[in-house]
Amino acid sequence: MAEFTKQDIGKLLAKQGILIAFAVFIVGFTIANPKFLTIDNFENVVRSSAILGVMALGVTFVVISGNLDLSVGSMMSFSTIVVLDLHDKLGPTLAIPAMFAMTLCLGAFIGILVGYLKLNSLIVTLGMLSAIHGLTLTYSGGKNIDIADKEGTWFAIFGQGNVMGIQTPILIFIALAALLGIILAKTPFGRKVYAVGGNGTAATFSGIRRARVVFLCYIMSAFCVATAGLIQASRSMGSQNTVGQGLELEVLAAVILGGASLLGGSGTIFKTVIGVLILGFIQNGLLLVGLDFSVQYVVTWVIIILAVWLDIAAKRGKLMSPIA
Amino acid sequence: MTDETPVLRLEGIVKTFPGVRALDGVSLSILPGEVHALMGENGAGKSTLMKVLGGIHQPDEGQIIVEEKPVVMSGPLDAKAKGIVFIHQELSLADELSVAENIYLGELPRKRFGLVDWAELEAKTKAILEKLKVSFNAKTRVGDLSIANQQMVEIARALTVDAKAVIFDEPTASLTDAEKVVLFEVISDLQEQGVGIAYISHRMEEIFKITDRISVLRDGQYQGTVNTAETDEEGVTQMMIGRKLDLSRNESHHELGDVALEVRGLSCGDLFQDVSFEVRRGEVVGFYGLVGAGRTEIAETLFGLRDPTAGTILMDGEEVRIHSPYDAIERGISLVPEDRKGQGLVLGMNCRDNMTLPQVDDLKAGPFVAEGAEIAIFDQYRDKLDIRTPGWKQLVGNLSGGNQQKIVIGKWLSMHPNVLIVDEPTRGIDVGSKAEIHNLLRELAAQGYAVIVISSEMPEVLHVADRIVAMYSGRIMRTFTSEEVTEENLIAAISGLETEKVA
Repeated sequence: MAEFTKQDIGKLLAKQGILIAFAVFIVGFTIANPKFLTIDNFENVVRSSAILGVMALGVTFVVISGNLDLSVGSMMSFSTIVVLDLHDKLGPTLAIPAMFAMTLCLGAFIGILVGYLKLNSLIVTLGMLSAIHGLTLTYSGGKNIDIADKEGTWFAIFGQGNVMGIQTPILIFIALAALLGIILAKTPFGRKVYAVGGNGTAATFSGIRRARVVFLCYIMSAFCVATAGLIQASRSMGSQNTVGQGLELEVLAAVILGGASLLGGSGTIFKTVIGVLILGFIQNGLLLVGLDFSVQYVVTWVIIILAVWLDIAAKRGKLMSPIA
Repeated sequence: MTDETPVLRLEGIVKTFPGVRALDGVSLSILPGEVHALMGENGAGKSTLMKVLGGIHQPDEGQIIVEEKPVVMSGPLDAKAKGIVFIHQELSLADELSVAENIYLGELPRKRFGLVDWAELEAKTKAILEKLKVSFNAKTRVGDLSIANQQMVEIARALTVDAKAVIFDEPTASLTDAEKVVLFEVISDLQEQGVGIAYISHRMEEIFKITDRISVLRDGQYQGTVNTAETDEEGVTQMMIGRKLDLSRNESHHELGDVALEVRGLSCGDLFQDVSFEVRRGEVVGFYGLVGAGRTEIAETLFGLRDPTAGTILMDGEEVRIHSPYDAIERGISLVPEDRKGQGLVLGMNCRDNMTLPQVDDLKAGPFVAEGAEIAIFDQYRDKLDIRTPGWKQLVGNLSGGNQQKIVIGKWLSMHPNVLIVDEPTRGIDVGSKAEIHNLLRELAAQGYAVIVISSEMPEVLHVADRIVAMYSGRIMRTFTSEEVTEENLIAAISGLETEKVA
């Protein structure tokens, strides 16, 4: 047996670092507060992660195709505000499809810019982050939107209902994860997403219409955002314009934590679900040990940085390197 | 020869890569004040030798000796510090910086507080530029210079140390004739100062104009060194190609079918002009020429990656318009691209998925990819092409170059194309796999495929092609049948020497 060198340890950390760190967190939190490791708390974590999780499913497609989507947070605010506003004007039966259509239009717009015009996705979606926020404010006139008759509508089922004791947000998350997981892993489209993100040039040389694939990834992402907005609106029955603010980074953190590479070409829906749960457990654990909510912002950032570092380190096989 | 001490000597350099013996006991010496040509076909080991010299690869055996002292090169900077300097074909300059800053990049003269001593920098640069007799000054932005002048900056950079040997790698590839003259003057100045020059080039006329001695590599083996004055192009070509075996023409003359692809007057901007040819079913047409002659660009145009500026493409006698690889594949055109890793494969994907990528939309069971059908295709072509891999789950990035290339070929064969274009099919592939791929191309033609082979290796085109299209600088110079072609007339055609006679 060869001796363990520093490099071996580095490699192990790089490969399994997230899981090791997660295990340390779990042990630490459980010692600090025995409530952490209970079924009740588990359900609590999944429910509170469902909205973030649904968005992360869509962003997983975008990231695997080699792009970024930083617009999902403000797009989710938009969906929530629009569906709440239209609920009282059109009734829920029309409000929901109308909101989905509008959100998909935003996704299509980003898809055209990034896919067909080949603009940098970071710039496009960062710009869309603030542009959509402006759109939402214009739409609402800056006011909070509330459903007038909260008791007299079935609209609450998406956020507050339950089927056989399981809450609907959890069910929607699981169902959508299963559906998108199958699309990504089993269909020709999914295969093409991996090819485009893994080597876009080779994908083009194989006759794959890369622009179309990227476009469809943003459509997927927008669809997930609209679903998340629906859950959010239904849960709160009223909302501020900034309800999704900052979620884009948490979503990205979850996707990267799950192990999707920021460079594209790798990742799975299952891994993203794991990433969402890890992030949820860490945030929940921090609350249970009595850390202030505001600390989460810092911790989320630390986790993103850690995840990105380990992602790069795994690629080059060691933790630090003079060249990228 | 003379009794001068060589500035640089290599002794028995051996370098192996998995599956390839890239350098097999190479020895040569460069004397002060001589221009020493290093020649060989693509893949003969010239670039590996340069990388060993520059410390990018460490030799498995053998020694590098600078002025009779054995040295170990740890990297290009180390080599430079020891007086061995490289001028690469591809320039590595910072466009936005001035000439002076580029020349002294990383070693700018300093004043107190670490500030750059601009006066000193300019003075030092001026001294070097005067030696080179160039027309630009130290403060010129490098991005504003012509390619030739940028190359002068690279050379100037080499002269900041006390260079003992300067190695030029295809320095004239992107120069005009007038610019070449200036370069040759600089080389002869360096020569007078007692610097040893190693000069790598494919261009015979340059070799015979400026070099004193010629060393030849073939398949990683040192073939010998001759005095330029005592040999001629034929002699050098003979040394470079050597193997009589590979000069054997294809003997399997089978029936040719209809014209599958016809190209009339095709042009694409400056890349190639007025190109016309046809390919029949059952025929292998070879495209031979120097790098940059426009061969790859023709393939890319046929495959829909570039839009032609003039001309027509006909398939089975019918005019077609191809705007994307998707269109090309629909029409039954397949391209095995030049850059296997960059264009041919998704390295992080497994063997099966890579192979079925172009047809994944057609392999469906309900809404899903029919994995059984995929595995069947993979198994079929793994056996047919003798692809050595532990299984379809293996990531393509883990395979050897030859097996990777077979995956790409399998990918396109499984599409049953009407026209198969292969661009540099054996680049970076060991000799054994080369022969297999050559036989495969012949077999495919026998089965009725129309095949276009683009190659920079003469034995390859001679061996596999029924007809050879010789290109020079974006134009077809001549089309040879396998009966007419000789090494001499082929070399003459691709060097542009036959322009008047046949064009």
